[in-house]
Amino acid sequence: MSDHALYGLLAEFPSADSLCAAARHVRARGWTKVEAYSPYAIEGLDDIIGAEKGWIAPLTLLGGILGGAGTYFLQWYAAVVDYPINIGGRPLNSWPAFIPATFEITILGAALAATVAMLALNGLPRLYHPLFEVEEFELASRNRFFLCLPARDPVFAPGPARDLLEELHPLLLREVPA
Amino acid sequence: MSTPDTRAGSDSLHSRGSDVLRPGWGYASVTDKIANIVLTDHFGWRWWTAFLFASAGVCALLLAVTWLLVKGIGIWGVDIPVAWGYAIGNFVWWIGIGHAGTFISAVLLLLRQKWRTSINRFAEAMTLFAASIAGLFPILHLGRPWFFYWLVPYPNVMNVWPQWRSPLVWDFFAIATYLTVSLLFWYVGLIPDLATLRDRAGQRGERAAQIAYGLLALGWRGEARHWARYEWAYLLLAGLATPLVVSVHTIVSLDFAVGNTPGYHSTIFPPYFVAGALFSGFAMVLTLAIPLRRAFGLHDFITGRHLANAAKVLLATSWLVSYGYLAEIFTAFYSGDVYERYMTVNRFTGPYAPVYWAMLTCNVLVPQLFWFRRVRHSVALLFLLSLVINCGMWMERFLIVVTSLHRDYLPSAWGMFYPTRWDWITLFGSIALFVWLFLLFVRLLPAISIAEMRELVRESAQGEA
Repeated sequence: MSDHALYGLLAEFPSADSLCAAARHVRARGWTKVEAYSPYAIEGLDDIIGAEKGWIAPLTLLGGILGGAGTYFLQWYAAVVDYPINIGGRPLNSWPAFIPATFEITILGAALAATVAMLALNGLPRLYHPLFEVEEFELASRNRFFLCLPARDPVFAPGPARDLLEELHPLLLREVPA
Repeated sequence: MSTPDTRAGSDSLHSRGSDVLRPGWGYASVTDKIANIVLTDHFGWRWWTAFLFASAGVCALLLAVTWLLVKGIGIWGVDIPVAWGYAIGNFVWWIGIGHAGTFISAVLLLLRQKWRTSINRFAEAMTLFAASIAGLFPILHLGRPWFFYWLVPYPNVMNVWPQWRSPLVWDFFAIATYLTVSLLFWYVGLIPDLATLRDRAGQRGERAAQIAYGLLALGWRGEARHWARYEWAYLLLAGLATPLVVSVHTIVSLDFAVGNTPGYHSTIFPPYFVAGALFSGFAMVLTLAIPLRRAFGLHDFITGRHLANAAKVLLATSWLVSYGYLAEIFTAFYSGDVYERYMTVNRFTGPYAPVYWAMLTCNVLVPQLFWFRRVRHSVALLFLLSLVINCGMWMERFLIVVTSLHRDYLPSAWGMFYPTRWDWITLFGSIALFVWLFLLFVRLLPAISIAEMRELVRESAQGEA
């Protein structure tokens, strides 16, 4: 797909609105792998660039269920099977007393799953990325908005991609080496 | 350092003001203002003075803990019948202080309260530090603290498990979970800001800082797909932390309520403890926010509205706590139980009565001043009152722990608790440790969420446009 090791083309915009407009424009031309970078979360931008709905919520639920069920099982196994103690004739499986630990580890499992799922689906940690080679890109964490047309997009061709971005009057246009 | 915008004019967008962010701030200026607090080399004499005093206190705490490990808990004033003294009171007090941070971050995020943005980061740090310090006390109180890991369920050569029906084991799960989830919530919130610090440090040519923040930022780039997943995960964490806040202090209250000692065995305890936790936690938020905004000139971010809102929360939670006191007294007399009634009268007139009346003054009477608008908007008074409430809540924890134990069923078993110097050193040393951690935090990490402030800039600008 990519010729002479190019990661893509990077254009810089002054505001969230101009970035959204640019992303819409590019998407309308059939680009599917557009990347947009901003210093804060812009509502709706993920829909514009066509981000698929994530797996975070189901994975979080799964983490919670595994944590809760596992903890209850552990308590039941310890108190009923492995080391039963008769305390005044009370039932060995005294479930109300097992609720606190079960509840806490349900939350813990879900929270760990949510965090790990977010990082894993985002491909983080990834300490090096070709975009970091572009000196101006550091403003993406301050006050600037960037649109990247990556070379792995099926419709990528260096000339037309450059023309397309220039139509949008970016503050800056850079080639990103792979 | 000045805040030059590198190219193409200055800020692309200027907030035109709202009462949670003063006007005139843009993306770049907000970013630079908060990042520069961390990246500056000049810490100032005030910070160093405070740091030196706090370090001295931490050394005293280390000394007290070392002596405790050498001699055992006999160096404290605890004995039979009062086997729980300052350590357990301090534990409940600190874990309560830790509650406001998660409450502010999680509950106010779910309720879409924009005023939380300026205060959530340092409130979360407060939660982490307070909960960690709280966790120390039950461990130190064990007598043989080096065996604390016996609370952990693991297959061991002794072939025994933790006692699952014991509130001490519930505590272990509650506090460990609370600490871990608070840490996750805090760290996830920090990731975009760590990326900002990485880039700012790189711009200033500070290589070591760039590498350190770069490693912690995990390569965050601010991609739209990443932001979408990030926001989703952050919201889920907030939703998970909310019931956690309630459950943790509920479980702490069960430490008492599950026992049948007069004064402990009360169904009001779980909600009453949670209300007390928010009360003391919000008081501590004010105690920290007021010096913080003054020291770093953050008046535009932590505005009068933030402080006044915290004061209103204090007024509301003060009434909840007062209801708890009333319910305790009512239940004692309504139950007709002679031991419960004696315990209550003993609180009014017994040897610890001065502490009881001082507590009522601090927690019930003094907060009524918050009805007055002038008090809510006077920074000096708010600071003073927050200190009074912190003291009042500490006395409440002390009373709950000690007054019930010192007069239980058999007069022949009655006794008194008098704190020793090691009790006092441990208490003040823990406060010094808290201050010490907080001082390091404001110098190493952004005390206000930069990414969320940028969102606030955009919303303020849109709202006024």
